[in-house]
Amino acid sequence: MQLPPALCARLAAGPGAAEPLPVERDPAAGAAPFRFVARPVRFPREHEFFEDGDVQRHLYLQEVLMQVADAPEKPRVPAFACQVAGCCQVFDALDDYEHHYHTLHRNVCSFCKRAFPSGHLLDAHILEWHDSLFQILSERQDMYQCLVEGCTEKFKTSRDRKDHMVRMHLYPVDFRFDKPKKSRSPASVEVPGDSGEQSEGEAMEICSEPVAASPAPAGERRTYSHRIPSTICFGQGAARGFKSNKKKTKQC
Amino acid sequence: MWSPRQGRLRPTVCGVEELRRRRREQEAALRKARREQQLVSKRLLREDAPEEAGEGCVAAILGEAEVRGQGKVQQFLRQAQRGTEEKEREGALVSLRRGLQHPETQQTFIQSVLEGSMRTLVGLLTSNQALLQLEAARCLHELSHSEQSTIAEACLPATSYLLTYLSGHSSDFIELCLYTLGNLIVESEAVRRQLLPQGIVPALAACIQSPHVAVLEALGYALSQLLQAKEAPEKIIPPASASSSILASTLPQHMLQMLQPGPKLNPGVAVEFAWCLHYIICSQVSNPLLIGHGALSTLGLLLLDLAGAVQRTEDAGLELLACPVLRCLSNLLTEAAVETVGGQLQLRDERVVAALFILLQFFFQKQPSLLPEGLWLLNNLTANSPSFCTSLLSLDLIKPLLQLLPVSNVVSVMVLTVLCNVAEKGPAYCQRLWPGPLLPALLHTLAFSDTEVVGQSLELLHLLFLYQPEAVQVFLQQSGLQALERHQEEAQLQDRVYALQQTALQG
Repeated sequence: MQLPPALCARLAAGPGAAEPLPVERDPAAGAAPFRFVARPVRFPREHEFFEDGDVQRHLYLQEVLMQVADAPEKPRVPAFACQVAGCCQVFDALDDYEHHYHTLHRNVCSFCKRAFPSGHLLDAHILEWHDSLFQILSERQDMYQCLVEGCTEKFKTSRDRKDHMVRMHLYPVDFRFDKPKKSRSPASVEVPGDSGEQSEGEAMEICSEPVAASPAPAGERRTYSHRIPSTICFGQGAARGFKSNKKKTKQC
Repeated sequence: MWSPRQGRLRPTVCGVEELRRRRREQEAALRKARREQQLVSKRLLREDAPEEAGEGCVAAILGEAEVRGQGKVQQFLRQAQRGTEEKEREGALVSLRRGLQHPETQQTFIQSVLEGSMRTLVGLLTSNQALLQLEAARCLHELSHSEQSTIAEACLPATSYLLTYLSGHSSDFIELCLYTLGNLIVESEAVRRQLLPQGIVPALAACIQSPHVAVLEALGYALSQLLQAKEAPEKIIPPASASSSILASTLPQHMLQMLQPGPKLNPGVAVEFAWCLHYIICSQVSNPLLIGHGALSTLGLLLLDLAGAVQRTEDAGLELLACPVLRCLSNLLTEAAVETVGGQLQLRDERVVAALFILLQFFFQKQPSLLPEGLWLLNNLTANSPSFCTSLLSLDLIKPLLQLLPVSNVVSVMVLTVLCNVAEKGPAYCQRLWPGPLLPALLHTLAFSDTEVVGQSLELLHLLFLYQPEAVQVFLQQSGLQALERHQEEAQLQDRVYALQQTALQG
């Protein structure tokens, strides 16, 4: 297929539309038995016209499989320590350090040193745990914001919010990043099982009884199992590491 | 430049013949799957070679234990959860991950879900040890890649965390979560039914603002899998479906931004978002909305850019991007909204025609199966546009178009249709079609046996005779009548053959 040489020049030149030649149709053009009508055509999703292109698309996706992912080893560097005060973690690869930093030091509460996976969750935590104005206001209006990105609902108590997240958003009842605040008051309505800080070693205790993988259907459950220790605000943080007597990271 | 994962992937050491055979098999399997509307493909991010070291490990997992290595899977999990040394815990997860590259171990893992294997893994995924978290996510990723659909549902407890981590900052981790989500999404409607209320659309809309190219490509992949779902046109795309709706979010604008040509255009990212856009557009849910966001002009400019890239012979994988772009443009052009802006076509730049022909030539040489898609766009451009028809003539493109006739019957029909689009506009157009290569080409296609090709040739002849009567004489001199006679008995062609014979004899 040979293209006229001037075509490339046309592509390189500026935009413009051709001045159309005059259109002049004769009614005999569409007269029977001839039936041609100029019209744009549309194809819906599953039309077989798309078969070839779709197959190529999927070959491309699968290509990642076919190639042996022979990635070079992570570049190793001389061992270095995390520079954040009090953190003793040592690394020999920059990628590992990047992930460590973002996970444990990036969104850290300056009051209690807990780390959170995102700024959004950190902000909610600070507001709900460390802001006395919040406590006052929440007695009069709905202040507990739904934690799901994009949802603007607010609730009177953190329990109501959890209810909402479980029912409407199908979140797990033991969602790690929505621990209710420990209350010192014995008459607290907080959920039992928040037995205070435990050391890192037990942070991953699983329920001793098997729990079904899927969340309960909407509306059924009001009491939640909290056998999982409440400590799972992860990254108890550098400062706390010193207090635990089960520290596993390298000693400073 | 167009190789999306340079530096991470290298070709296998298999022989070329072996590769070709595998590819043919794959292609056949994909065609079959598509016809059954079950096209499912997943991407796997794998960072170490599953060769000898891995094999030995798997043998250890599968080997001795009575219940197909169930004991070993549990053992690794326990070690990861309760080991005292961090390196030991990480190592246990790495071993588990290597094992999970194999279907038997995946099966074993799923069978032990009732004993808490998934729960343990999710616990590790949310642990306060960053590297354990990462390894647990990799295990989950391996599971997500499994071809067993029960596995996707077994991973449901992890989805809320995967979504939460999308608003974090560790780009490698986010990328991993996105590919895992994409794999789970494509596998199971139950997973999608959970992810939508869990807020996957707002999470993706927030994540799309990441500056990391790898994250964007992963996001595009996950989104394309979501949009490809069969329930997407009713439940996921339309603006009316509230918070889980794609069109109601800021995603379309961001997608179009990723497709704007310029120094920031990344091919791997653009491919994913072009396919996303195609799935939205061909669902025909709310295309005027997209036109309002400037989809036509963005895609038009991208087409020009692609043609430029072809000329610079940067052709590795160009067709992967060209295909969805052509489809989007073609389908958008059928919308009435296209003509509302001042009653003119929004897309009027004749460079689009030039670009399209450069791409057609590229397809002709490298990927002929895409010629119909290119010609489809040409039809939609020319059908109602005297300006584009004039461009075809003034840019001297009729002859190259005719050179495509021998490729296949489908291509022939489309070429003839485009020529009819031009001819039906009247004498001014037909005068430019004759004399020239058109008549000989038509005499040639009349010799085809395919009814549709011949039928379209007859339509074109009719228009040519009507608007350019001098052509009749030449037709007769070149044994045109004999060419017509061949088809006198064919039911679908008879009437038109007869009418043309009459015209020729009277002319």
